[in-house]
Amino acid sequence: MSEAAQAQTTDIGIGAEENSETEQFLTFIMANEEYGVDILRVQEIRGWDVVTPIPNTPAYVKGVINLRGTIVPIVDLRERFGLESIEYGPTTVVIVLRVVGETTDRIMGIVVDAVSDVYNIDNADMKPAPDFGSSVSIEFVRGLSTVAETMLIILDIDKMLSGNDTNV
Amino acid sequence: MSIDMSQFYQTFFEESFEGLDTMESGLLGLDVGAADSEMINTVFRAAHSIKGGSGTFGFTAVADFTHVMETLLDEMRSGDRLVTEESVDLLLLSVDCLREMLKAVQDEDEIDTVRVADVQKQLEKLLNGETSNNTGTEKQDQSNIKEAVEGWNVSFKPFDYLLKTGNDPARIIKEFSLLGDFTVKIHTDNLPLFKDLDPELLYFSWELTLAGNVDKKDIDEVFEWVDEDCELSIHAIGQTSPQLNKKEEKISETSINNSPTPDPTSQEKPSASEVAKSTGKPKTIPKNSADQGSIRVSIDKVDALINMVGELVITQSMLGQLGENIDSANIERLQDGLAQLERNTRELQESVMRIRMIPISFAFQRFPRMVRDLSHKLEKEIELKLSGEQTELDKTVMEKIGDPLVHLVRNSIDHGIETPADREAAGKPRVGLVELDAFHQGGNVVIEIRDDGKGINKDVILNKAIEKGLVSENDELTDEQIFDLIFSPGLSTAKEISDVSGRGVGMDVVKRNIRELGGNIEVKSIEGKGSTITVRLPLTLAILDGQLIRVGSDTYIVPLVSIIESLQVKEAQVNAIASTAELYKLRDDYIPIVRLYDIFELEPNSKELKDGLIVIVEGDGNKAGLYVDDLLGQQQVVIKSLETNFHPVEGVSGATILGDGTVALILDITGLIRLSREVRDQAA
Repeated sequence: MSEAAQAQTTDIGIGAEENSETEQFLTFIMANEEYGVDILRVQEIRGWDVVTPIPNTPAYVKGVINLRGTIVPIVDLRERFGLESIEYGPTTVVIVLRVVGETTDRIMGIVVDAVSDVYNIDNADMKPAPDFGSSVSIEFVRGLSTVAETMLIILDIDKMLSGNDTNV
Repeated sequence: MSIDMSQFYQTFFEESFEGLDTMESGLLGLDVGAADSEMINTVFRAAHSIKGGSGTFGFTAVADFTHVMETLLDEMRSGDRLVTEESVDLLLLSVDCLREMLKAVQDEDEIDTVRVADVQKQLEKLLNGETSNNTGTEKQDQSNIKEAVEGWNVSFKPFDYLLKTGNDPARIIKEFSLLGDFTVKIHTDNLPLFKDLDPELLYFSWELTLAGNVDKKDIDEVFEWVDEDCELSIHAIGQTSPQLNKKEEKISETSINNSPTPDPTSQEKPSASEVAKSTGKPKTIPKNSADQGSIRVSIDKVDALINMVGELVITQSMLGQLGENIDSANIERLQDGLAQLERNTRELQESVMRIRMIPISFAFQRFPRMVRDLSHKLEKEIELKLSGEQTELDKTVMEKIGDPLVHLVRNSIDHGIETPADREAAGKPRVGLVELDAFHQGGNVVIEIRDDGKGINKDVILNKAIEKGLVSENDELTDEQIFDLIFSPGLSTAKEISDVSGRGVGMDVVKRNIRELGGNIEVKSIEGKGSTITVRLPLTLAILDGQLIRVGSDTYIVPLVSIIESLQVKEAQVNAIASTAELYKLRDDYIPIVRLYDIFELEPNSKELKDGLIVIVEGDGNKAGLYVDDLLGQQQVVIKSLETNFHPVEGVSGATILGDGTVALILDITGLIRLSREVRDQAA
């Protein structure tokens, strides 16, 4: 894992300390908050496109798209977290993630307001999340970190998008 | 240094199971008394490769067991032993036993040693029993005679084509010379005049005399590669003493065999089944990995595929060139190119699908054995005719159709075919006929199971169904509907329940399995004359003929097999019941209307029935009228799973990608009807 992360560091060309406890995170903006996901789970980032709705699923499941022959479900993260939904704009993106489940891995997409940056975060700098009573359920949060004076919420996508949760 | 042999296990098991199937069908094809030597050879070769393979991989128990079978088969093929009913039965039993052993090894289970020992003992008994009567050659039990041999006379008469097989007699004789001192006599009688001589043929034969005490196995080994391409006889010199020796050995061997398993039947059998039970659980885990399976594809198919890809590349480069300088003059060529691309794509798709297709003989091959066993058990005389075995079918469909077919054939034999006495009384030939036929029809594979038995008595079925409350006495049913009743759960017309059939579970399961595959099943029967069961299956599970429908702005796909008809609504025909359910009167039927937009919470163009269309569909025996805005085209769609990245959705069986790249959902009619009931119940 660390090797891969380091390889990626050089590729992307961000000056990072070559530290085995450093992880890279892709961050995105949603309702003025910055969230991070493990960059190794990110398959691709694409613009919002029309989806095919699936009947009788929760509203946050926007539908499915055709990703080069694979059917990939798309979840609106705002709606998933119970935030007020906004009109999709030019910065709206779909982050396609690999979710590791108990038996199989699945590919899913999340709709967010905009992508932000890629950060290296030292594991030691990651603080456990206090129960801050926000709309984001504490169990989806892996930890909090501070980058350039702003708080970064690191998400645990496996918990967030795992099997039972996307069920009705 | 050690090579990980386990990577080859899968191939070995596949080949061995194939070999066992070959042995089984070969054995069944043997005519008792006058056996076809080529057939025995085939069986022998299969046994030989299993023995060789299992030896290589260190499955000694399997190798040892197969060795005994091989010895018996070897005697048969050399003509030292007559092919008897008894020996064929025993060999079939051994094939079963061997199959179980291999399965156990594959699943890393324990081998049922008691059963193996039992069968092996029977085999050895048969072998030795014959040995004592047999004063002739020493084909059997070579190891026993090696002690007292003074030398060997070998007569080696190769067939004239030997050279063409790549074998060189000079090399064989050189090899032979390594065994010891020998003299060689060459027969040149067959040598033709020089002008008639064909330099590619071999005209000589040899007499070799080898002095010394040499193991016969070593001699066999020298001739191993050519023993099917020559007349070979190997005689020991100084026969008398080994003959005596052999008898002694035989006696001691039997006593050895008897001692370890003094009472194999009464006491140890239950313990064996206990072993099987206790190991039953872990069995399932390695099974899964084996289920991944591989598929054997003929070179032709692969070559065709490669050709097609080649053409595709050419078309692609042509289109690429055209794309670089597009002007109106090129339009026609562009259209040609696109048409070619379309044809290439379709051909490519077809040949890729064909890779998954295997001949239905894979499913048929178990029936000769089954019919043989059943006819013994039920004391009926049955002839089984198979036809259309080359009809190809998707591998997945094939795997799932096996068990339902077994059930149907069993039923035909158990319920259909009468006993010989009954048949003669009815003026029919003693031997009942069961036919299995497979053929293509449209986009389907049709499998017919015909018997000339007593047929289905409609009254018996009807009475039984009324008794079970499946239909009411006043119902007037067509023949078709009555025959269809045999697929209802809990209906069996067998007077006595045998362990073959008659429990009334099964036929409903058969029907359900076939429907799950997207097929259907029909019964026709004439009492006294016999029955025909027709199973229709889609060629493949990966592609489906679909009708595109539209509700509001969404497109859905209804499998064409579930559509009965589509029609425009005549409002006079619509009856509302208590404002929750609507029924549409179609001829004599009342069909519930299912408004798709209601169930899927969609925004339709219109909620007025007269503005849209009704698609009459059938799922699992229930009919419904789907109300949709519009019908679009029909097309073949490639089925994609929703579950890979999501989870099953009720009323939807999968998804597909349309021509414009968007995803459309495929409706699951059975689920949809169930869903509509739930919605209605909630509303009520």
